[in-house]
Amino acid sequence: MTKEMNLKSVVAELRDGMTIGIGGWGPRRKPMSLIREILRSDLKDLTLVAYGGPEIGMLCAAGKVKKLIYGFVSLDVIPIEPYFRKAREAGTVDVVELDEGLLLIGLRAAGHNVPFLPTRVGLGSAVMTNNPDFKTVTSPYDDGEVLLAMPALKLDVALIHVNKADRNGNTLTFGPDPYFDDLFARAAGTVYVTTEELLDSIASENPEDLKANLFEPYYVKGVVSAPLGAHPTASHYGYGWDLPHLKAYSASAGEESGWSAYFDKHIAGGEDGYIASVGGEGQIRALPLPTF
Amino acid sequence: MTTAQDFTLAELIIVAAAEAWRGDGELLATGIGPLPRIAASLAKLTFEPGLQMTDGEAFLVEEPVPVGPRGEYKPKYSGWMPYSRVFDSVWSGRRHAMVTPVQVDRHGQANISALGPDFKKPKVQMLGVRGFPGNSISHKNSMFLPNHSKRTFVEGNVDVVAAVGFKRDWPQGALPNGVEIGVIVTDLCVFDFNGPDHAAQVFSLHPGVTFEQVQDATGFPLARAEAMKTTEAPTEEQLAIIQRLDPHNVRGSVLKGNPPGIRAAA
Repeated sequence: MTKEMNLKSVVAELRDGMTIGIGGWGPRRKPMSLIREILRSDLKDLTLVAYGGPEIGMLCAAGKVKKLIYGFVSLDVIPIEPYFRKAREAGTVDVVELDEGLLLIGLRAAGHNVPFLPTRVGLGSAVMTNNPDFKTVTSPYDDGEVLLAMPALKLDVALIHVNKADRNGNTLTFGPDPYFDDLFARAAGTVYVTTEELLDSIASENPEDLKANLFEPYYVKGVVSAPLGAHPTASHYGYGWDLPHLKAYSASAGEESGWSAYFDKHIAGGEDGYIASVGGEGQIRALPLPTF
Repeated sequence: MTTAQDFTLAELIIVAAAEAWRGDGELLATGIGPLPRIAASLAKLTFEPGLQMTDGEAFLVEEPVPVGPRGEYKPKYSGWMPYSRVFDSVWSGRRHAMVTPVQVDRHGQANISALGPDFKKPKVQMLGVRGFPGNSISHKNSMFLPNHSKRTFVEGNVDVVAAVGFKRDWPQGALPNGVEIGVIVTDLCVFDFNGPDHAAQVFSLHPGVTFEQVQDATGFPLARAEAMKTTEAPTEEQLAIIQRLDPHNVRGSVLKGNPPGIRAAA
C-alpha cells in the first residue's frame, strides 16, 4: 500500500464548503505548495481553521474563504497578515476569533470525540460576546463553577507540512516546536501531508528519533513529496522564512490588482515555476532561521 | 549602588517595569516587546533569580538572552517550552506576563484585537485577541504602554475585550479566582488598579511629570496612591546590566526620539 499522491490528486479530493485545518504556526511550517495548488483550483466556500499565516491571507485574497476560525493570522515580524486584514476590514468573511489556547481546546475535543471541553478561557472576554452560540456549563461537583463549554472543532481534513515521511504515512517533524499539528490531525481524522523528503521508510534504530513523530499513520491519507514546499514560511532546519518575499507580498496588498499580479508572477506557473520565481533552490536553502 | 545622572526614559522604564516581577519567586516571566523583555531579564539578574524565561522561541534559558542580533552569543538551553507547554503554564497560573495593549479602559480591560464598533467589519483589524483572554483569567499580567494618551487609556470601554479586567462581565459562579493585574508602566508614570474598588491609582510619576499632566492624558479618573512618589532613577549597576542585555541599543528605538529620563521643566 502506498499513500503517495501529488498536489493535484490531493486537491481533487477536496470539496467546496469543506472545513479544512492547516498545521504550522504563523509563518512557520505551512503546507504552502498545497495551498498554492488550491489557489490554482476552482475550490470555494471553504471554512479554514488555523494558527494562521500567509496561507490564510492568500486564500482570502483569492476569494476562496467563507469562514475563518483562528487563534491569530500573522506573519510574525509583519504582525498583521495584509490580505486577512483587507478581508476583515471589508467584512467579506465570517470569523470565529478565538483565544489561541481555546483553538487547541476545540481541536482536542474533536480529536477525543466529545462535544465540548470545559475551560475558563474566554469567559468575560469578547470571545463570548462575538460568538453568542458558545454556551457555559456548570460543574456537577461541589464547586459548582461555571465554565465555557468549548465546542469541538471538527475538521473534514487537515493539511500538514512535515520534514520526512514515508509511503506508509509515517512522518517526522523537526524544529523547536511541534505546534499543534497533532491536534489538527486528530480533529480531522484525514490528513494530507506534504514533506520535504519522501522516503521508502523512516524506520530508525534510535528510539529518540521517533520523538519527532507527532501523529499516527492511520490518520494520513496522502503523502506528497514537496521539497521547499513550506516556502515562504520556515521549515526547520532546512530554511527560514523569506522575509523579503513576505514584505513584497505584503506590499502587494496595498497595490491596485496586487493580488492578481502576485498570482500571475508566482502561482500561475506551477510549483517548478514558483521555486524559480522566488530565486531558486539555492537561495531558499540559504534563508536564515529566525532568532528572537 | 550609584544613582545614575544620565539615562534615557527607556532605561527608567525598564528599571520601573522590572519591579513588576518583585516577589514573584519561581514562575514563567514573559516580557513581550524589547522593554518588557529587558525588564524581566533585569529583574531575574538582580533580585528575582527564580524567574524562568525563554529564548523567545521554545526553550528555557537560565541566562536571559540579549535582544537583537546575537553575534557570537550562543544561548544555553535548560528546558523545553513549546507553545503547548506555554499554555499549560498559563492555565496553571505559574506565569506573569508584561504586554502592550493598544487600548486599556478604567476596568483594566485591554484590547489588541480590532478597532471600531462593528466586530464583523472592524475599522482597523489588529492582532486578534491572541492569548489575552486566557492569560488575563489565569495569571497576573502587567502592561507597558509607550504612548500615554486618551487614545490608549480610553474614556469608555475598550472596543474589543481581549484581556478581562475588573468589570466582572461574566456569569455568576464563573472565574472564582477573579483577575489579577500588576502594574501599568507608561512613558509618564507607573499606575495600578489597586485603588478603591479597583480604581486606577498613580504609584509613581516619572521625573518632571505632574499628576495633572497624567490625568489630562488619561480617559478615566486617576487616584493618587497614598505613597505616590517619583519613579526611581536607574543605578549605574542597573545601566551596565541593561547595556549587556541590549548591546545594540534596541531600547533606544522604542520611544519616539529616545528622550532623556529626566524631562526638562515644561
